[in-house]
Amino acid sequence: MSYFLAFAVGGLLCAAAQILIDKTRLTPARILVAYVVIGVFLGAVGLYRPILDFAGGGAATPLTGFGYVISKGVKESVDRDGLVGALTGGLTASAGGITAALFFGLLASLVFRSKPKK
Amino acid sequence: MDNGTYKKYVETRAKKSPTLKNCLRAFLCGGAICTAAHALKSLYLCFGMPDETAGMLTSVTLIFAAVLLTGIGVFDKIAKHAGAGTLVPITGFANAVASSAIDAKTEGFVLGVGAKIFTIAGPVILYGISAGVIYGVIYYVCRML
Repeated sequence: MSYFLAFAVGGLLCAAAQILIDKTRLTPARILVAYVVIGVFLGAVGLYRPILDFAGGGAATPLTGFGYVISKGVKESVDRDGLVGALTGGLTASAGGITAALFFGLLASLVFRSKPKK
Repeated sequence: MDNGTYKKYVETRAKKSPTLKNCLRAFLCGGAICTAAHALKSLYLCFGMPDETAGMLTSVTLIFAAVLLTGIGVFDKIAKHAGAGTLVPITGFANAVASSAIDAKTEGFVLGVGAKIFTIAGPVILYGISAGVIYGVIYYVCRML
């Protein structure tokens, strides 16, 4: 059942983005930015945690989940360190994903060549 | 039917079916990626990892897979059909980072790869982190009250 919920919620988040791409002038880059900011916002007002408990990977994998991780990290840091936590929490919590993407990206640029676009 | 109405009629007819088809594809592919992520996390949890580490490692695994598929040129072929289905999951972020890095290789490693790797990642990180800072300040003020 949890797999079905992950599929349905994750799929819906992607379908919503597809509608935005097809029906508005939002470019994919703007969609990504919007999803992360929406994730931070939903995490901040406490709405994303229930979605995450409900859908598991379906809510954690889309970029809104990335935004949620940022908001969660900020909250924990502010609880622990006070106001300075607002500056450290976001990147600390998302460090793994960001570093992995950048480092693997760098490795890929060393190993692979760009292919001619068809 | 005058020209204006006909034009509107054509537009609605022409755009409707691709959107529906694209949405279905995005739904299926995005759902599949999220289900795979869900399964991966369950697997990592089975190894006795704490919840947060398992979640982070799941993202890292997906990022690695997406970067690898981007490098060998498979990702673009999947993304052509899946649209937002591969864009919205963390795989889209990883693909954007890797493809801009690979494309910038010919421009050198400092101002080519080093700068262009942030073409998509930069905005995402900048606005995500900034939203986080704003939230942190508001949260701090609210806690004081």
